[in-house]
Amino acid sequence: MLTEAQAWHVLQEIPDPELPAVSVCELGIVREVRAAEETVTVVVTPTYSGCPATQMIEAAIRTALQDAGCAAVSVETRLSPAWTTDWLTPEARAKLRAHGIAPPHAAGRESTQPLRFVPPAPRCPRCDAADTVRLSEFGATACKALYRCTQCREPFEYFKPI
Amino acid sequence: MNGEEKAYSAHVEYVLRLGDNALILGQRLSEWTGHAPVLEEELALANIALDLIGQSRLLLTHAGTLEGASRDEDQLAFLRGDHQFRNVTLVELPNGDFGRTVLRNFLVSAFTRELWQALGSSRDRQLAAIAEKSLKETRYHVKHSADWVVRLSDGTDESHLRMQSALDYLWPYTAELFTENPVDREIAAVGLGIAWSALEPAWESTVRPVLMEATLAVPARTAFRSRGKLGLHSEYLGHLLTEMQYLQRTYPGAQW
Repeated sequence: MLTEAQAWHVLQEIPDPELPAVSVCELGIVREVRAAEETVTVVVTPTYSGCPATQMIEAAIRTALQDAGCAAVSVETRLSPAWTTDWLTPEARAKLRAHGIAPPHAAGRESTQPLRFVPPAPRCPRCDAADTVRLSEFGATACKALYRCTQCREPFEYFKPI
Repeated sequence: MNGEEKAYSAHVEYVLRLGDNALILGQRLSEWTGHAPVLEEELALANIALDLIGQSRLLLTHAGTLEGASRDEDQLAFLRGDHQFRNVTLVELPNGDFGRTVLRNFLVSAFTRELWQALGSSRDRQLAAIAEKSLKETRYHVKHSADWVVRLSDGTDESHLRMQSALDYLWPYTAELFTENPVDREIAAVGLGIAWSALEPAWESTVRPVLMEATLAVPARTAFRSRGKLGLHSEYLGHLLTEMQYLQRTYPGAQW
């Protein structure tokens, strides 16, 4: 039997399958943990509807908690409020940057933008230059866009605000 | 059939239509994998397809729950015939070239963005939650496609010609999005959803300025109305389903 605090501690060690530098807790995917009698219930909010990592994360949560001595694990999916990159912890942002991924700007609310509006570019995670250009709105995963730094010339990924 | 049952089946029908639209467009876009003109766009189209298929999984699962006949997302996606699909004809049309593909993405995502926005306040809490989530993804789809529509249409003579012919081809099918429909009327009356016809002004106010900026001539509306929402599809849907459903039809219950 695990306490809620112990369960959180276990979950903090589970890496995101696509962004192993950060944990599923730091990404804000784990919303709530409840320990009652023999069961630990973990409430998760998936990132993107089609994110292929969602099922892997659920499986990883079950395995990790069972390995830590929890007899019964229940994983609940909560869709609303929808996941937002504003839930990333400051630690997650720092770790993303250290791994060459520019962390997201604040997601905020969408306003009506002019068609040719160019969103503020992220700083280069390698050399910190502000002068970067977008190569593609979509990157290797749904959550990232592709940019290039015009100073150090390196391409990098940007975690899109959503 | 009493009134409650009737409203219930309209509810299933309405959610199925949303799920089928996302599924069929997602399947069409996935055809670009390995064929897109540049790597970045290959990734973009695959990611958009992934978002749409993810949305359709949530929607079809929800429709199956509402239906109460213990059909899950897979049974609804893989074991229905074309006349049982409720998507609009627009999403099942062949991709054509890259220009036509992004133009359709624009016309469709500009519509679904308004739809998700409105469904965020549905009395159906699960549908509202799916809408809230999908809205965020759809905003990126609108941005991506609008950008390409302008870039290609206001590009070279060749790209302009192709985009104009794509608009001439697709435009008549957009009328179906807004046709009056008894399912919509029932759903709107009980606060479960919005009648799609009510979204036409908002859709026009997104679409027209972009097409104008893109230097495209918007065709006049004709009397033509496709009827995919009613299960009366073009010849293209059967071929799409043949490929999409092949595995489950040939090896029933196969697990990946």
